[in-house]
Amino acid sequence: MAMVEIKNLCKHYGPFTAVDNVSFDVERGEVLGFLGPNGAGKSTTMKMVTGFLTPDGGTVSIGGHDITKNPVAVKKRIGYLPEGAPAYPDMTAQTFLDFIAEVRGLTGNEKRRRVEETINKVNLEGVVYQPIETLSKGFKRRVGLAQAILHDPEVLILDEPTDGLDPNQKHEVRALIKEMAAEKVIILSTHILEEVDAVCTRAVIIAAGKLVADGTPTELEARSPQHNSVTLALRGTDKKTAERALKKIDVIKTVESTAETENVVGFRLYPRANRPMVAAISQLAQEQKWQIEELHVHKGRLDEVFRTITANQQSLT
Amino acid sequence: MNNVWILFKRELSSYFATPIAYVFIVIFLFISGIFTFYLGNFFARDQADLLPFFNFHPWLYLFLIPALSMRLWAEERKSGTIELLLTLPMTMGQAVSGKFLAAWAFTAITLALTFPMWITVNYLGDPDNGTVLAGYLGSLLMAGGFLAIGSCISALTKNQVIAFVVSVVVCLAFILSGFPLVLDFFSGWAPQVIVETISSFSFLTHFNALSRGVVDLRDIIYFVTLIAFWLFANAIIIAIKKAD
Ligand SMILES: Nc1ncnc2c1ncn2[C@@H]1O[C@H](COP(=O)(O)OP(=O)(O)OP(=O)(O)O)[C@@H](O)[C@H]1O
Ligand SMILES: [Mg+2]
Repeated sequence: MAMVEIKNLCKHYGPFTAVDNVSFDVERGEVLGFLGPNGAGKSTTMKMVTGFLTPDGGTVSIGGHDITKNPVAVKKRIGYLPEGAPAYPDMTAQTFLDFIAEVRGLTGNEKRRRVEETINKVNLEGVVYQPIETLSKGFKRRVGLAQAILHDPEVLILDEPTDGLDPNQKHEVRALIKEMAAEKVIILSTHILEEVDAVCTRAVIIAAGKLVADGTPTELEARSPQHNSVTLALRGTDKKTAERALKKIDVIKTVESTAETENVVGFRLYPRANRPMVAAISQLAQEQKWQIEELHVHKGRLDEVFRTITANQQSLT
Repeated sequence: MNNVWILFKRELSSYFATPIAYVFIVIFLFISGIFTFYLGNFFARDQADLLPFFNFHPWLYLFLIPALSMRLWAEERKSGTIELLLTLPMTMGQAVSGKFLAAWAFTAITLALTFPMWITVNYLGDPDNGTVLAGYLGSLLMAGGFLAIGSCISALTKNQVIAFVVSVVVCLAFILSGFPLVLDFFSGWAPQVIVETISSFSFLTHFNALSRGVVDLRDIIYFVTLIAFWLFANAIIIAIKKAD
């Protein structure tokens, strides 16, 4: 049984359907990237998974317990960073984290140790005695993150955790997520697609409330039209001859010529049915005595896949 | 229970982390002083009791308590911290009562700071301190009633101004329903039972008895039930209206 099981989740706001029959499971050790355009229903889904909103249909179960039937027990196992990282503005980071720690059932030395550890983890040391309302956006986000990981939860749900962080902090937060990933379920939403490559073991895309893709980042990239395409630059031939010869290879579907300088010609090659082309190309080059200046196989780009999938979805609705 | 205490501490200290506490306390003391000594003819009455002081409490609370309660839930909604609070491992009942009790404790502190008034009557005369104590008890219970109403109404909106205005109106209804003018209006045509029911809902009816030193268990039960009812409604409103 998966740690987090989401079945047929639905949520309406009046006549508007924000989340429409979304189902997926997440296992321990997975870092799930939750992607989708603005207003797709990511935050709404997370609000239901964490027990803030009651679903209009479907179930969320965490470690085998239904969140609506056993809310307090399930909430103990979850750490949640809501969208916008809300926190009590008049409290300092220190008193705020102390409060959260107490509600999380930590006391005495254990509480002190965990709060201090967490403050170090998210680099809040310099600002712990400052009221949260006077903190910059990035620091506020870090307070929110600290609050979510404080009790070392089994399930961590982060709504745009790196939004507003500087590049160094983004890097550190990603490292932190990776470090925690092994024994946890982590679900994070993001608009930064490199982040998916950097930390996620799996990604789901939702658009207009519906789940439209689910797979590893590599699997999703494979859906890109650029997937397995090759950039090639050759010396020792002219454009026409090379193009003619390349077109004869049957795994190559299209040949586009790109840059051309004095003695180097460039091509972009697309495969037939995603088949690999490199072996055939290098064989041809050897036969023709071409020098290969550049040979690069593209994995495909997540942002293209994202655009294709979500654009289709929006034209459907 | 533990969660209620933790939330209670956080809420109560947040009153003192902002100017709310000091503004509220100063204004409360100032206005109650003015009412008592000028409008209430405290000295001219030449009686050693605090009746003029307590008599103004319903009217003082009518505006001051909604100003305190309006932020209870509306602010949590506005700032999004409601999402944080309600995804922590505590029940709705704990969240509602923790916040309410902190606000109530804060009014108790404010009320306790009127002790110079009590010292004054003891210095000037020889009051029945039991009566004074009953008055304080009644005032505290009435403040709790106003607060519970205000808390519930604050849960309906994220706009504190709306919460304030609606709370004042509802609280006013709870005061006026015991007012002779209003009761006369009803007693002209409505059966006696209805008039009595209306007046039995009034804060004034129950508070006046206590402020005169008559501690009747029924008056105490009235306020406790009233508080419980509004807090229960408060919890339900938040449960069904979390998203907006
Ligand atoms: N309280 C509400 N009342 C009415 N509609 C709402 C409410 N909350 C969200 N919505 C709508 O539900 C849809 C999904 O919103 P949600 O916040 O889940 O999007 P999201 O995927 O998180 O978007 P973003 O990437 O911008 O954060 C949006 O169209 C939004 O306008
Ligand atoms: Mg969102």
